[in-house]
Amino acid sequence: MPQITFIEYSDKSHCVDAETGKSLMQIAIDHGIPGIDADCGGSCACGTCHVIVHETWQGKLPTAQEEEMAMLDMTPEPQPGSRLSCQLTVTDALDGLVVRLPEFQM
Amino acid sequence: MNIPFTLSSAVEPLPQAHAIPLDQLDVSDPRLLEQNIWPDYFKRLRDEAPIHYLPASPFGAFWSITRFDDIKFVDSNWKLFSSEPVIVIGDRTEDMELDMFIAMDPPKHDQQRKAVQGVVAPANLTQMEGLIRQRVGSILDNLPIGESFNWVEHVSVELTSQMLATLFGFPFEDRHKLIYWSDMATAVPEMTGAICDPEERMSAMGECAKTFSGLWHQRAAEQAAGQPPGFDLIQLLQNNEDTKDLIERPKEFLGNLILLIVGGNDTTRNSISGGVHALNQFPAEFDKLRADPGLIPNMVSEIIRWQTPLAHMRRIATEDVQMHGQTIRKGDKVVMWYLSGNRDERVIDQADHFMIDRHNARQHLSFGFGIHRCMGNRLAEMQLRVLWEEILQRFHWIEVVGEPEYVRSNFVKGFKSLPVKIHPK
Repeated sequence: MPQITFIEYSDKSHCVDAETGKSLMQIAIDHGIPGIDADCGGSCACGTCHVIVHETWQGKLPTAQEEEMAMLDMTPEPQPGSRLSCQLTVTDALDGLVVRLPEFQM
Repeated sequence: MNIPFTLSSAVEPLPQAHAIPLDQLDVSDPRLLEQNIWPDYFKRLRDEAPIHYLPASPFGAFWSITRFDDIKFVDSNWKLFSSEPVIVIGDRTEDMELDMFIAMDPPKHDQQRKAVQGVVAPANLTQMEGLIRQRVGSILDNLPIGESFNWVEHVSVELTSQMLATLFGFPFEDRHKLIYWSDMATAVPEMTGAICDPEERMSAMGECAKTFSGLWHQRAAEQAAGQPPGFDLIQLLQNNEDTKDLIERPKEFLGNLILLIVGGNDTTRNSISGGVHALNQFPAEFDKLRADPGLIPNMVSEIIRWQTPLAHMRRIATEDVQMHGQTIRKGDKVVMWYLSGNRDERVIDQADHFMIDRHNARQHLSFGFGIHRCMGNRLAEMQLRVLWEEILQRFHWIEVVGEPEYVRSNFVKGFKSLPVKIHPK
């Protein structure tokens, strides 16, 4: 099972075993990681599951589709590596992925 | 086909939802909210006609979307469902042909929204929280104890008007003008079924435009004289490349100001009132709250779901769309009834119960979904959270002591009055 690390804004780190096929957002919710709201339940429609992908991983993930870009565009504090975690599906290739949580969700 | 409006304010009881043939069921009737009989009407549509077409109403023909998941689909597909030229069910009257970014599609929407969204960005809110807490405390400390008074006027309107004045850098002593202009802007009979004298409205809109144009020039002069830029909405617009000349486009200038005033007014105001009312309908929830004030953030989301202060948003289909075996034609008017989706039993467990410890309380439709999602959601949540934290510090119980009066509208779901009596700790 791939391992994924979520780092809270306070630097507290959570390394979890992630089930493949689920979204990164769902993994965070399942493991009780604070800082993800996921108000729309994973439909790329609210922007409240924002994560920042670690720079070493930024070129290795599937690129964001237009809907995801449109929602991320509304984030007041976008950063390089900003993604919506509901749009990233866990695969074995993501083993070792590190993402940070923003200070606030929009 | 439009059926002409009669401006009668008489209260004629409407028939029960089941007594009306399904193909004639008109949920645009503004008296459904005024008489508080809307739940059965929308339940019938959700169960029997989730995509419902009404060929004739005072607002023309329209489709009603009433289930949670269908609303989410429409709301998040701006390419299939355009927000232009207006987002309420009725078309604009001549005097209200204003341009605002909530009623624009990308890319113009994105540019204008980005210019102002910073003012209510979460990072700025932490700085506002202390001020809000202080004001909430002062409002609550001055309420009469043990005697009946109108919660809407003394708390809901007062708190929201103070907040709006701050966001706009508006003269504090004139703050009630903001509320008046907002009420006038949403009370257009042809657009939302509300009651309002057109001449009074036109004069109010004129005064609003004139006052804000004065404020705009005053801020510009202050900046030209070397004052450091502030972070109120006017100055944010002035300091953004896409909106710095907004004043030269009068319809866009007034439109966007009205949007921001209405956005911060009716919504929060009616959620403040709605929370008190809901806790009286479900008093065991107040016991839960007293026992565990840590439930406040979750309760705030539940209040916003329960109240759904804006009942609907409208779209226009940009191409033929199939939903539930029906074809919505290009150009058709599509109305998403948020207040119905927020009571959809298919998605929300015991949707007709107000539960402050509800699981997944954040998953409601009141802020909308997609690119037009509410910009002030975090400010609204913070204002309500601080209000309830301060209430619990002071009061044992806020008792509703009479029947509330509801607003006549199919858009603003709100209270005209809510008589209460406070029981101190």
